[in-house]
Amino acid sequence: MRQALSPDDVKRIARLARIETSDAEAQATQAQLNSIFDLIATMQAVDTRGVSPMAHAQEVYQRLRDDIVTETDRHAAFQAVAPAVENGLYLVPKVIE
Amino acid sequence: MSETSLSALAAQLAGKQVSSRELAQSYLGRIVALNPSINAFITVDAEKTLLEAAAADARIAAGQAGPLTGVPIAHKDIFCTDGWLTTCGSKMLSNFVAPYDAHVIQRFKAAGMPSLGKTNMDEFAMGSSNETSYYGAVKNPWNTAYVPGGSSGGAAACVAARMAPAATGTDTGGSIRQPAALCGITGLKPTYGLVSRYGMIAFASSLDQAGPMAPSAEDCALLLNVMTGFDPSDSTSLEREKEDYARDLDKPLAGLRVGLPREFFAEGLNNEVAAAVDAAVAELKTLGATPVDISLANSKLAIPVYYVLAPAEASSNLSRFDGVRYGYRAPDYANLDDMYCKTRAQGFGAEVKRRILIGAYVLSHGYYDAYYLQAQKIRRLIADDFSEAFKVCDVILGPTAPGTAFKLGEKSDDPVEMYLNDLYTIPANLAGLPGMSLPCGFDAKGLPIGLQLVGNYFSEAKMLNVAHQYQRVTDWHARAPEGLK
Amino acid sequence: MKWETVIGLEVHTQLATKSKIFSGSSTAFGAAPNTQASAVDIALPGVLPVLNRGAVECAIRFGLAIGGNLNRVNVFDRKNYFYPDLPKGYQISQLAKPIVEGGALKIVVGDTERTINLTRAHMEEDAGKSLHEDFHGMTGIDLNRAGTPLLEIVSEPEMRSSAEAVAYARALHTLVTWIGICDGNMQEGSFRVDANVSVRPVGQAEFGTRREIKNLNSFRFLQQAIDYEVRWQIETLEDGGRIEQATVLFDPDRGETRMMRSKEEAHDYRYFPDPDLLPVKLDEDWIERVRATLPELPAAMQARFQRDYGVSAYDAAVLTGSRALADYFEAVAKACGQGKLAANWVMGELSAALNKAELDIVQCPVSAAQLGTLIARIQDGTLSGKLAKQVFEGLWEGAGEVDAIIEARGLKQMSDSGELEKIIDEVLAANPKSVEEFRSGKEKAFNALVGQVMKASRGKANPAQVNELLKIKLQ
Repeated sequence: MRQALSPDDVKRIARLARIETSDAEAQATQAQLNSIFDLIATMQAVDTRGVSPMAHAQEVYQRLRDDIVTETDRHAAFQAVAPAVENGLYLVPKVIE
Repeated sequence: MSETSLSALAAQLAGKQVSSRELAQSYLGRIVALNPSINAFITVDAEKTLLEAAAADARIAAGQAGPLTGVPIAHKDIFCTDGWLTTCGSKMLSNFVAPYDAHVIQRFKAAGMPSLGKTNMDEFAMGSSNETSYYGAVKNPWNTAYVPGGSSGGAAACVAARMAPAATGTDTGGSIRQPAALCGITGLKPTYGLVSRYGMIAFASSLDQAGPMAPSAEDCALLLNVMTGFDPSDSTSLEREKEDYARDLDKPLAGLRVGLPREFFAEGLNNEVAAAVDAAVAELKTLGATPVDISLANSKLAIPVYYVLAPAEASSNLSRFDGVRYGYRAPDYANLDDMYCKTRAQGFGAEVKRRILIGAYVLSHGYYDAYYLQAQKIRRLIADDFSEAFKVCDVILGPTAPGTAFKLGEKSDDPVEMYLNDLYTIPANLAGLPGMSLPCGFDAKGLPIGLQLVGNYFSEAKMLNVAHQYQRVTDWHARAPEGLK
Repeated sequence: MKWETVIGLEVHTQLATKSKIFSGSSTAFGAAPNTQASAVDIALPGVLPVLNRGAVECAIRFGLAIGGNLNRVNVFDRKNYFYPDLPKGYQISQLAKPIVEGGALKIVVGDTERTINLTRAHMEEDAGKSLHEDFHGMTGIDLNRAGTPLLEIVSEPEMRSSAEAVAYARALHTLVTWIGICDGNMQEGSFRVDANVSVRPVGQAEFGTRREIKNLNSFRFLQQAIDYEVRWQIETLEDGGRIEQATVLFDPDRGETRMMRSKEEAHDYRYFPDPDLLPVKLDEDWIERVRATLPELPAAMQARFQRDYGVSAYDAAVLTGSRALADYFEAVAKACGQGKLAANWVMGELSAALNKAELDIVQCPVSAAQLGTLIARIQDGTLSGKLAKQVFEGLWEGAGEVDAIIEARGLKQMSDSGELEKIIDEVLAANPKSVEEFRSGKEKAFNALVGQVMKASRGKANPAQVNELLKIKLQ
């Protein structure tokens, strides 16, 4: 029987997903997530030994591109929609290593 | 209303009975009149539309028109459209003017079909009622107290209300078919890989497909001809010989074996829907089809499998929305990490956040095998069920949705109840098979009922044939909501 | 307590393709920020990756050169984490089914030869760059580098000293540049080394907890970082402390490793196969075509040099430090037919001159043919070893061909006995004391006389001849 998610679990996953979640929100989400997980639980018991996972519908392999440069400089257009740009660089709060 | 079929419009344009500009203006007028009560559109830009229409007229005049040149179309706001706001129904992209065209959009531009605007949708395509949009819910034109279905709710509603002769939608778990059913129009999800996903904002990469939404199967066939084709920018795009999807529309149905999965006619299905679908089967019998009893035994697992795979892929696809290079950025934050967390908490709605959390969880350390891998294996079982079924039938038929449109707000508190709407549509996405919905009746409240066809890989022409023959002897698809003139 | 060091290296090599691994942007170094960052590279909504054939071919070349196993079907996975230089919020990499598995590399430390086994090599994309110079308290992100193809090469944890680690890194560097898959420019970040370091008591079977030193871009830093880290770990353990798994950076100014602040939490990368990409299939024809274009590899060339040119194992290793150097040496050896002499000259005079002028062998002003001729002139007696250095300098300065320089500077070795005898007679006459001393048994006096003859001939006398003639005359 799957363990239900605790509010701490919710907060931990929210951290992984970089979504700020208050304790109240974690509580509220917890119940909904648990009901979704109950839904999902029905598939866990199925015996799938010997079944190969299906990632793609067709048995096709990756097409390869020739190694040539096809792109031009469009940074002006792309950066027109950026929140913060200076000297062609995207600005973010200082990264501490 | 068949004067507004795409082929009729194209003929009128060719015969100079109407210009593209006039058509565009007519539809723009209806949008202005009706959109306030339907909320089908997020962005309308009459100036841009009329410019495109003028260009189409020039092409027609120069004798360089394609089959649908000059016919306008609305686009789901999930397709990046150069110079147009492209929001995906989300606050996260509420300021995002796309700097490039999706491949699908490029095809419509090449076909000379002016854009009427960007249609409303569930946020990031996650939803079955178009109630999760940042831009407000879309109303069902048949009864504005009811939902149109989702996630392509805006597209379905605008076609149903005749605000556009056609629209593009996308379908990951039923998001073209289910709203088509709830709004009484025809919608088709092609075989996975036939329509390029480049520029189509990704929800679940291995399931997403774009497709046409229009009143009739014939319309959908013509649109499919524009939308399909190999795109080298999409690694999952299939390279195949070009097909004319309208080529088999007029074939008689004699000898057609129609598979009826018993799991799609079991409990959970609304009586009125069952009755309408049964009547449709009877109709097809008179056209020469033979019903065949089949079983898709693993289809009951489709929903749990889908709610592992789709959120998993989505949780990763949506990581790029971080306030760094485009889109919403939180106004106040203490540091980089805080910026990420606040931007994403504020930019995403509740349903999107829920699915990201589910996705992150099922992929997280220690859970991959039990959830993701298990789901991929069951996916194989579901696809195998279909392969078996197609040995004894040519096309599979059932209801598109377990019920008709529900009231706004009725199911939005319980995510699981909402998810059950996609019961019959999800299996085709998991298998990568083509599916379509066409209208087959109304319930006592006057709300549309849709029937679903699922075909074998690359059998769109056959599905469209079946649908078209049905639509020749019925008029469900020709009806439009009253009081919307 | 005796401690054993355990080191494994993960090396990220930028592949020498013209365009990026998943987009058609240029990989050229040094462009203005974000001018080589396409829609795909900056992860605009809706974009998709398509795989560069050139990157796969580089990986195949490496797999063949290292004697590894090429997985005929290999898969890309998403490695999910948040960082501003990672636009998609995930890196496309390979986890479960990498393109290369296994393989081995021979290393030489001092006189000892060892073979280090590789675990795997996989394709992945590089991230962008963060510039921390002050933008009023912000960091600037340049995505030009995002999407550059990388081959991550992982060794087994078989190295037992910083010397071995450096030898391995050098040998790997030589190999990847040799087969042309990487330009090897460490300053530009083409070849970056992460070192996984742990210690354990000698005799213990289990590995100790390891710490990872990231992004070392010089062999000197690699050695210093490992040495510091090992000392630190041993001290910590001997003081009764525990080693916590961590990722650390090397501070070259202080010569210390320190923990990265941003990595307090262990990453859960949530790997899963990338649904936007299909499995990569390598067919046998392609592999054979690549195999046919591989040059003779360093190890084979070393064996051949020892066998055909009589050079020592150590010399062979040095001469195969780069393909250009090896080709140069071989051309010289063939031109003069004197393998050992060629080796001495290339490793000695030539290398010294190149180092002093900070030139690489490909920029050498003396051609292999010229050096070969020079050696031939020594061998045939035209030139003495000592004067040969002057000719070499002349060649370096571009003064002309070997024979022309000998002529012009009058450096031809004197072998005419008549002239030489005359000089010897003069010297003997001028140095009666030395003659006396030699005749009374002092050997040293002989050498003094030889020296005088050489001096009188301004170095042009053939020393062997001088010896002979002098002996005869003094009888």
